[in-house]
Amino acid sequence: MNSSASGLASAPGRECWLPTLQLAMQEVFDLMLASPLEVPAQPPPGEGLDITAMVGLAGQLCGILTVRCSSKTAGCMAARMLGIEAEKAGQEMWDAVGEICNMVAGNFKNKIAGLGDGCMLSVPTVITGREYSLHSMVDDEIRTVLLFAGEPVVLTLEIHS
Amino acid sequence: MDNICALIVDDSSVMRKIVERSLRQAGLSIAQILEAGNGAEALAVVQNNKVDLILCDINMPVMDGLEFVKALADVEKAKGIPVVMITTEGSEGHVVQALSAGARGYIRKPFTPDQVKEQVLPVLEGKR
Repeated sequence: MNSSASGLASAPGRECWLPTLQLAMQEVFDLMLASPLEVPAQPPPGEGLDITAMVGLAGQLCGILTVRCSSKTAGCMAARMLGIEAEKAGQEMWDAVGEICNMVAGNFKNKIAGLGDGCMLSVPTVITGREYSLHSMVDDEIRTVLLFAGEPVVLTLEIHS
Repeated sequence: MDNICALIVDDSSVMRKIVERSLRQAGLSIAQILEAGNGAEALAVVQNNKVDLILCDINMPVMDGLEFVKALADVEKAKGIPVVMITTEGSEGHVVQALSAGARGYIRKPFTPDQVKEQVLPVLEGKR
């Protein structure tokens, strides 16, 4: 498994993973939130991102996919998903961001040849707060920032070989 | 089919609400929506209620969706209840596994209400 994991992580076509990740995220927001994402002209500051949703990947590709945003943005996401006002999202915002992360991870792997059946997803985990350190055996990282309602949403795929 | 009782099985409460809204947008006549957070809870709900349709996620804690569909085959009261999977696991292999286990339909997340309608209506009309 390890050899195929490192093989796939460095396989030809890997340069397409960033746009594929962005597409996977954009499709989730288009279909589930009816809110197209924008690509920022300039990378926005990553301040105030106090919600982190994580989904683990294991198998042909091992790693962690994370979605980071602010609480305010998470509340807006939950509100869009549920058709309610953002102020009423409450604890649903954590569930909403976790489910978004889960759908992005699934949508991404289903777009990469060999990953659909060869890679399993964990259930999502959501962390609140900024003062934490995540220690994982990362060999590579793909990171992108998209704007939801003008606010940054940071998507990171940490890859373990 | 009128006044159906649908069971939605997903560990995400947000997703259960979205699926419920999609069912209502599909124009189904729904008398009752029941919810479960995993396959084990869903088995208990099926044994204690008259359920007409089950929509089920795959990746869940305690008992996942594929295990649930297999276990459902041994529940006498569940005979004939159609199951439609709604999941991020959208590969061909997962679809084959789910249909082999007894599911009648398969919806990939993310989805639109129209996709829910396209999968659920034929199942309820007995065409699949």
